[in-house]
Amino acid sequence: MSDKFLEIKNVSKIYRIGGLLGQTKIAAVDNVNLALERGKPQVLSIVGESGSGKTTLARMLLHLIQPTHGEILIDGMQTGGQLNGAQLKAFRRRAQPIFQNPFESFSSRKTVDTYLFETARNILGAQTQAAANRAVDEALVNVGLSAERVVGRYPNQFSGGELQRISVARAMIPRPELIVADEPVSMIDASMRMNVVNLFKKLRDEFKVTILYITHDLSTAYYVSDQIAIMYRGSIVESGPSAKVLKTPSHPYTELLLDSVAKIGEKWNEVVRLPDLETKEYGYKGCKFAGRCAYAREVCRQAKPPIVTLDGQSQVHCFKPVDYQHPAPAGGS
Amino acid sequence: MIRVRNVCLHYQTVQGTVKAVENVSFDIFDGEILGIAGESGCGKSTLMKGIYGNVEAPLALTQGSIEMEIEQVGERQVIPSTQFHRYWWEHISYIPQASMSVLNPVVRIQDQFFDSYLRADVRALGKQQLQGRIAEYLRELELPVEVLHSYPHQLSGGMRQRVIVALATFVHPRFVLADEPTTALDVVVQRGILTMLVNLQRQLQNTFILVSHDMGVHYQITDRMVIMYAGQVVEIAPTAILFERPRHPYTQLLINSLPRLGDDTQRFGIGGRPPSLLAPPPGCRFAARCHLADDQCRQVQPPLVEVAPGHFSACLKHEWVTEIPLVGERETT
Repeated sequence: MSDKFLEIKNVSKIYRIGGLLGQTKIAAVDNVNLALERGKPQVLSIVGESGSGKTTLARMLLHLIQPTHGEILIDGMQTGGQLNGAQLKAFRRRAQPIFQNPFESFSSRKTVDTYLFETARNILGAQTQAAANRAVDEALVNVGLSAERVVGRYPNQFSGGELQRISVARAMIPRPELIVADEPVSMIDASMRMNVVNLFKKLRDEFKVTILYITHDLSTAYYVSDQIAIMYRGSIVESGPSAKVLKTPSHPYTELLLDSVAKIGEKWNEVVRLPDLETKEYGYKGCKFAGRCAYAREVCRQAKPPIVTLDGQSQVHCFKPVDYQHPAPAGGS
Repeated sequence: MIRVRNVCLHYQTVQGTVKAVENVSFDIFDGEILGIAGESGCGKSTLMKGIYGNVEAPLALTQGSIEMEIEQVGERQVIPSTQFHRYWWEHISYIPQASMSVLNPVVRIQDQFFDSYLRADVRALGKQQLQGRIAEYLRELELPVEVLHSYPHQLSGGMRQRVIVALATFVHPRFVLADEPTTALDVVVQRGILTMLVNLQRQLQNTFILVSHDMGVHYQITDRMVIMYAGQVVEIAPTAILFERPRHPYTQLLINSLPRLGDDTQRFGIGGRPPSLLAPPPGCRFAARCHLADDQCRQVQPPLVEVAPGHFSACLKHEWVTEIPLVGERETT
């Protein structure tokens, strides 16, 4: 077994858009590599704007869609390709999702505990009602709720923040090693967001769960994560320890993202340049950010940027730190 | 200016009357950017409907008045909200949140401009000239003119929202209402659109009313703010003062509940949830979640009083607000 808990190797997902004629290919995820060490539960944030491929990556990790190329290994287990029923069940015990909109992930016609008990029976494999009750109860207590407050109630009787905590409780029932949370707080009120985000820290510390936190919100990503990967148009542009990446950004796109956050206590000054036609950028030969980058030179448009390791910690995919020199044929990493 | 006086906006539902906005009074001055903030369900969008004069069953203006004062043919006129619909687009316009559901999906952008303005005085121009004007206006706003020939689904979310801003401001209305105009967008696009709104406002010297739950957005662009909680106004103040010295505990918690980049302090959400608007409690509606609340707060409805010039607060304890501990263990349920 390898020493990696999570390995994403050269993963791509290519979608075809358009009809039979004039079809174009878009690499929603383009040759992404990421790895997390074993035995060290962490929160990894994947940050990017809409259309950056972060949700596609999450769906591949959860075995909801298949990568076009490359492989994803979770604890040595392949998630791509065909899994039979038993394998799929084993996989679901290890990796659990939390989705964006809690009002959509729970049906308004079912009581929310239905989902908790179904997970306890079907995925955890609780044989008796008592075992299922115990699992549900424990999971709810861990997120600061209780069975008596939740059982028998419908989603409209909870606030968004409470529902999302119930989603976290549901995901925790099978005691997974990995939770993939896709924009878990973007639909809930600012006043309740931290109740959910703090839970992720708790799960990491107390239950040794690795959490993939997918978001476009840099401030909560900074707050909660150990590692961070910034995506742009399907590619990772910068990755590393989150404090390093967000305090001393190296990629011009990371800089732009950080400058654009509506901060309290520091006002915006200069004007930003917005993209016109986003579909075009997916097709760029070189760096996909070149069209919007203030530092871009000819080489950025022509060749794929090299992967440069900074201070032995973070990786940036950019020509700028290497003085726009073409990388060595080996790949320059 | 727009005068909001003792306004009550109620929804009639099968469960009873939902008092979405209760006894709200404030002025919107000419030439300012006024921000309205609060969590979901606090009545901010309902209030916007009232200010736009778009009150339809099951919503009703059960008490109070909203009046718009405008200058027309050199005369000052006072218009009651029931007549606002005659002044839509030309004097008062509205930028909604969900851009996809606002634009007609089967009509090209250019025709949407025509449809919106054919009823107005602009009709006198004739189609050819109108077309020229629209193209010119888009160029002024630095939007590609080609979007006029596109259908809404061909544009990205950010571009659609910019088109709606263009559509809503084309004939330079005196009042522009924007309800969470950038909430669904990522930070870079959000910054671009907000900068565009501010520049437009400076150029046209008109009045913007911006609803957002994001305090960072308010800090960046608004001049004055109204904070709402459970259907009532709890604080009004110039933005800079509000952030420097809030006089309502809810405002302070709202400002401090979210983490900031580069700041490692542990943050907590606001515990509990807002009261039901079907049967709100007597006394201060925030009392159940407030750390300063005592018996008096739970019994007496605090009036909105001027605590400093131009600074209003509806809190009996407004003098002690800044003494709430911001960090430390707080209950999360």
